[in-house]
Amino acid sequence: MGEIMDGFSQAITLIVTANPELVEITIRSLYISLSATFLAALIAIPIGGLIHFREFPGKQALITCIQTLYSVPTVIVGLVIFLLISRSGPLGYFGLLYTPLGMILGQTVLVIPILLGLVVSSLAGVDRGIRDTLISLGATGFQGVIEIIKEARFAILGAVILGFGRAISEVGVAMMIGGNIRGETRVLTTSIALQTGMGEFAQSIALGIILLAIALVVVVVLNVVTRRYSA
Amino acid sequence: MIRLEAITKKFGTTSVVKGVDLEIHDGEIFTLIGPSGSGKTTVLRILDLLDTPTTGRYFFDGADTQAHGADTLALRRRMAMVFQKPAVLNTTVAENVAFGLKFRGVASARIRERVAAALDLVGLAHLSDRRAITLSGGEMQRVAIARAMVTDPEVLLMDEPTANLDPVSSETIECLIRRINAEQKTTIILTTHDMLQGQRLADRIGVMMDGCLVQQGSCQDIFFHPNGQKVARFVGIDTIMKGIITANTNGHAFIDINGIPIEAVTPLPPSSRVELFLRPEEVTVSLPVPSGDIQKSTRNRLPGTITKLVLNGPFIRVTIDCGFSLVALVTRRSSEDLHLAVGTRVIAEIKATAIHVIAATA
Repeated sequence: MGEIMDGFSQAITLIVTANPELVEITIRSLYISLSATFLAALIAIPIGGLIHFREFPGKQALITCIQTLYSVPTVIVGLVIFLLISRSGPLGYFGLLYTPLGMILGQTVLVIPILLGLVVSSLAGVDRGIRDTLISLGATGFQGVIEIIKEARFAILGAVILGFGRAISEVGVAMMIGGNIRGETRVLTTSIALQTGMGEFAQSIALGIILLAIALVVVVVLNVVTRRYSA
Repeated sequence: MIRLEAITKKFGTTSVVKGVDLEIHDGEIFTLIGPSGSGKTTVLRILDLLDTPTTGRYFFDGADTQAHGADTLALRRRMAMVFQKPAVLNTTVAENVAFGLKFRGVASARIRERVAAALDLVGLAHLSDRRAITLSGGEMQRVAIARAMVTDPEVLLMDEPTANLDPVSSETIECLIRRINAEQKTTIILTTHDMLQGQRLADRIGVMMDGCLVQQGSCQDIFFHPNGQKVARFVGIDTIMKGIITANTNGHAFIDINGIPIEAVTPLPPSSRVELFLRPEEVTVSLPVPSGDIQKSTRNRLPGTITKLVLNGPFIRVTIDCGFSLVALVTRRSSEDLHLAVGTRVIAEIKATAIHVIAATA
């Protein structure tokens, strides 16, 4: 118990004094996960729109597959991406293994299914009457799609934030693709795993507190935005 | 303006619209009335090109809407539709009203002017900056009307525009519909299951029953000369009798109903089997006068016994057994003055001209 309390007090000191290594890891984590979430959103929102607005055979089966991938273990994604971008893999030429760019790629792949599934659900949640109203008001197909996406914006924003949460909290992809190289690819989660293994609990607790604080900030911002614009 | 020819619509194996022929004239208010599920909304959605008919042809201003290469969007933009449940987008009232204009690429300054005018028309100018989803049902319906009218449509389609609204909001919407038609000469097609609303608003009425347009005509035609039992019941005629014409002199017929002679006006010849429809407000109820006959213009004076009294707003529906069942509508005051009660012997008086007679269906 004493060890944990000591860890906490040292962690607070590290945070308050803005320990340079701590700051560097935090910034890198945010950069990688935000980039991955942004890329995933860029891909998932239009594809989600396409899945929702188009009727095609096997649509429901596709949605079920996407939903199944919500819970794909991060190490599986890590393994697949590792095989793709390792020197002997089909994308080995780009030299992405053990780089932040490779980690962004891995987290993007990890986040896309959850974002895609939730975007489809968000669009399906828009009142059918809205779609009819827009068509009746003379919207072209494209204008209608844009307005419906706008109408589902808060639900989509929620999906994006959930995707960001999945990216910043995962450890499998970051460890396997990034390699946890100090000053290069070390992020909050991989650092926590490493420090805990080395018995450096203060550093681990400090990193954990920061991770939770990021989650808290994200949720608060989401709630404020939703409350302000949806009522 | 609009012509439907033998329009049908199937959803899967269910036929929702069955061979509707309909012509709508420029500048009129046409009301489709009928019970819920009779296919009114589907006809309206076909008219707005939201649904495609399974078979049949739809002409808008002479153009075949199903023809190869028909510009559906351009045709749809000449119309506007107000839905039964108004869907407002999660933005301000003014932005909601502006959508149709934005879609048509109208300049921002012009949009502001026209939105202000449309909101003024529906009396919601003071709410232009409010978030639309915070409005009441009646206000939302007025926003939907403003949103439809802002594009200056040639045809306004309204699906049960006052369903689920309180009487005051309904009255406001009805006034607005009349005003839009009178001032802007917009052709209005609306559906309602409220036959009285149909009567109040329409120049012409069509009655939908089980996917078929069973009768169309003026309010007088529909409410006083229904072409069958279903329409008669829907427009509030409770007294429907069957009989045989025993004699007819120049259109003045004697009809036998269960042995009781009734006089009515019809060109149908003797021996014809007929159905007789009688509106409850056409029946006058009085107490028997012991002194004997009183000279009255009323041809039919039927003695009977009251079997049921039902309150109906300021009126009372009185069911009288005269050898057949007859329903009369009397004011509460009259009922009290005459001391009407179940079992009271009364005289039901009916003018021969008040009875609508048609040939009986097989």
